[in-house]
Amino acid sequence: MALWIGSLEQGLLFGIMAIGVYLTFRVLSFPDLTVDGSFALGGAVAASLVVAGVSGWAAAAVAALAGAGAGLITGLLHTKGKINGLLSGILTMIALYSVNLRVMGRANVSLLNEKTIKTELEAWAQAAGVDRHVVFGVMFFLLLFAVKLAVDWFLRTDLGTAVRATGDNPAMIRSFGVDTDGTILLGLILSNALVGLSGGLIAQYQGYADVQMGIGMIIVGLASVIIGEVLIGAQTIFRATLAAAAGAVAYRFVIAAALRLNVDPNDLKLLTALIVVVALVVPPILEKRRLQRRLDAEDADAVFGDDRRQAAADRAGAGAGPKAEGRVRPAEKGGEGG
Amino acid sequence: MTGGLWLERVSKTFHPGTSNARRALKDVTLSIAPGEFVILIGSNGAGKSTLMNAIAGRIPVDRGRIVLDGVDITRWPEHRRAALIGRVFQDPMMGTAPSLSIAENMALAYRRGRRRVLRSFIGAKERALYREALATLELGLEARLETKVGTLSGGERQALSLLMATFVEPKLLLLDEHTAALDPKRAELVLRLTEKIVREKRLTTLMITHNMAHALRMGDRLLMMHAGEIVLDLSAEEKAQMEIDDLLRAFERVRGETFVDDRLVFSQLEGKDHAP
Ligand SMILES: Nc1ncnc2c1ncn2[C@@H]1O[C@H](COP(=O)(O)OP(=O)(O)OP(=O)(O)O)[C@@H](O)[C@H]1O
Ligand SMILES: [Mg+2]
Repeated sequence: MALWIGSLEQGLLFGIMAIGVYLTFRVLSFPDLTVDGSFALGGAVAASLVVAGVSGWAAAAVAALAGAGAGLITGLLHTKGKINGLLSGILTMIALYSVNLRVMGRANVSLLNEKTIKTELEAWAQAAGVDRHVVFGVMFFLLLFAVKLAVDWFLRTDLGTAVRATGDNPAMIRSFGVDTDGTILLGLILSNALVGLSGGLIAQYQGYADVQMGIGMIIVGLASVIIGEVLIGAQTIFRATLAAAAGAVAYRFVIAAALRLNVDPNDLKLLTALIVVVALVVPPILEKRRLQRRLDAEDADAVFGDDRRQAAADRAGAGAGPKAEGRVRPAEKGGEGG
Repeated sequence: MTGGLWLERVSKTFHPGTSNARRALKDVTLSIAPGEFVILIGSNGAGKSTLMNAIAGRIPVDRGRIVLDGVDITRWPEHRRAALIGRVFQDPMMGTAPSLSIAENMALAYRRGRRRVLRSFIGAKERALYREALATLELGLEARLETKVGTLSGGERQALSLLMATFVEPKLLLLDEHTAALDPKRAELVLRLTEKIVREKRLTTLMITHNMAHALRMGDRLLMMHAGEIVLDLSAEEKAQMEIDDLLRAFERVRGETFVDDRLVFSQLEGKDHAP
């Protein structure tokens, strides 16, 4: 039981990171590998501050700022330095490994006897006479949900819609006067701020920060986003962010189940990679079948007329992936500056 | 010179200094009056798209000056020029954001050239405005504001692109073979809309086409490009006297050497012109 409760609590905190990954991977269509570094950066910064006597919440806020800085650097490398996006993220990630060691002064920092968010909540639970896991669960859930709602709100503003359009069709949104360098930067900053925040919270929850704690985090984030999409769908913004958050919890449960089944902990990363591969490979195949059904329905059009066709198309349309249609990005023709 | 578009000796060479060097624009000088509707024709590789990309700021020019509505925009980045210039691309996929709804796409267009801020999007009044504008397309899109644009047909998307490009009146409208990817019926529809919007709003417009019949039928002025230069400039009156064959003969006079090839290209294009 403790395993499952722990998984839920962790999942809620990792959910913030997963929403961050959703912002880059899905919204901006930018595979941002900074995440491994910015997650550990958040943990390192928060742990160091807590040890220095800063309150857990303030430390988590600074962890978010540090993550934002990491995102800014990746963004500048990509937009101003014209470095390939994937490579920009890798460069920042590698650089952060050294930075994180410097921040902590060693490979890991223990928070065993420090005042953290966790100990604060525990004291609170004791005073109120409730089980501490109830307090953890409720608090972490509220926190994650607040982040989710804030991101939803942002994505629906003028600026947020410009960011979404940047991931969708950069040439188009530039032709309406948006500086896509700016929107890419903004997306990366926000995303990594959430990742840093998540790292800062996880460090306090598990009671230590470790320079290795970010390794493979991008894949965990991707797994969360994709599992969530399969479970919940991503037709609207509300659902898409909910999916990322819920996917993070589901992912923790999958890992817990694997541990229950005596999978060697060393094999967990392999398992995670496999989950992501399956989740990336299978949906397009299903999508292709769906399209085929739709084409068949259109052939029927000649016989049955428009109503039937519309009905068939609607049926085929339900349950489509987040950006199932029109994902083909036209190659930018004739531009040399792009 | 105030208003309209003014190009002064604009030059562009791709891959300069290499064996692939390609002079796509050679000292192009051109003046388009405010409200003038100009058609641009020319064979493949003549430099038509390059000219538009240079005006829109998608590619930097090597030399020359570009002045739009009295402002020198030669050094402006693309997104800044976009405040003044509306564009529709050849590929119907290019002009809209597929995973956003029709309403969201319209909202992006409605904010052309304005700062994007943290304000919540699209009130009821704005929606009514979009519906009204969409209704002019006569495609029923006004009833489908929440539909994702990626699910629209190519013709619907292109009509929407055109509406979006002109929703906030641009100082200049650039149309690069914007009907080339459509079947004849849809192409006719989008051309009719183009004619209507350009005339109603009196937009300064530059339109590229490979279709000789459209080139003669539409616009107030006809330009022909060849090898990076404007080689023919016909006024509306001159144009009105012309048949497709005259146009081909004019083309022959200007550059006899490759006429045979182009005649082939033209006649093929002509063949698929006429909508049923
Ligand atoms: N980004 C680029 N890099 C290198 N060369 C280019 C680039 N864009 C255009 N060119 C070259 O410049 C010349 C003019 O091309 P452009 O696209 O302007 O022709 P066009 O008149 O639009 O032709 P089409 O009718 O085929 O569209 C061509 O030789 C083309 O190969
Ligand atoms: Mg062209």
